[in-house]
Amino acid sequence: MSKVKSFFYLFSVLFLVWLGFTATFQLQELALGLTLSFLLSLIFYKTYVNIGFPPLGIKRFVFALIYIIVVFKEIIKANLDVAYRAVHPKIPINPGIVIIRTNLNGDVAKTVLANSITLTPGTFTLDVIGDRLLIHWINVESKSEEEATKLIGERFERYLRIIFA
Amino acid sequence: MYYLGVVVTGVGVLFLCLGGIGLFRFPDVYNRVQAGTKCTTLGAFATIIGVGIMEPTWFWKTLIIALFILATNPISSHSLGRAAYKSGTELAEGSVVDMASEFEEYSEE
Repeated sequence: MSKVKSFFYLFSVLFLVWLGFTATFQLQELALGLTLSFLLSLIFYKTYVNIGFPPLGIKRFVFALIYIIVVFKEIIKANLDVAYRAVHPKIPINPGIVIIRTNLNGDVAKTVLANSITLTPGTFTLDVIGDRLLIHWINVESKSEEEATKLIGERFERYLRIIFA
Repeated sequence: MYYLGVVVTGVGVLFLCLGGIGLFRFPDVYNRVQAGTKCTTLGAFATIIGVGIMEPTWFWKTLIIALFILATNPISSHSLGRAAYKSGTELAEGSVVDMASEFEEYSEE
């Protein structure tokens, strides 16, 4: 991504967050927000390039929205699931540590996948090496790598592959 | 509108409470991190958004704070779990499978 583009992306993200926090359109607030966003973008745009976010596109945007809805559904399921296990008198857990594989390239994509896995029912990411993720699973359903990949990672990966393609 | 906010905040507090109970009852570090992540994510989210619904002028601020928690919560739990795993914390009795030793082999490739 070019430097100018990444500068403007960072600038608009910062300014939108500022607008959200101040929630006014008074001239003073806007001027301060613009100045601060400009200065911070000047300092940090190089870091933003290095992280390597994919460029914006309509298809990506639509799939990102779908992805957010999917993740939100999984978060609610995860909460009910773990809360149920916590209050059940017998504590019905079946924990273990399994390995899954991912086809995603790039650090941002893997980070998003790992964070999504942490937020979903009964799984959280312990470590990442190359294309393999170490997962703690509160209710192990399968010990083999392929099965576990299908059960844990696949529901997110099919969206992430398009978003970060 | 006010009462809707009270209900949403109440749901959030309920989930935080259940997360606390899970923290006490689960047998080992990893399961406790699970309880600490899952329940506090929705718990904190619903509590903060509930306050935003009660006071509509704060809604956008609370939404941004809630999204920030949603983005950072998994990272904190990941680092806790990784620290426990790196320092060799044992799994609880009754655990089914532990592939951590196999995983270590990949790091040499």
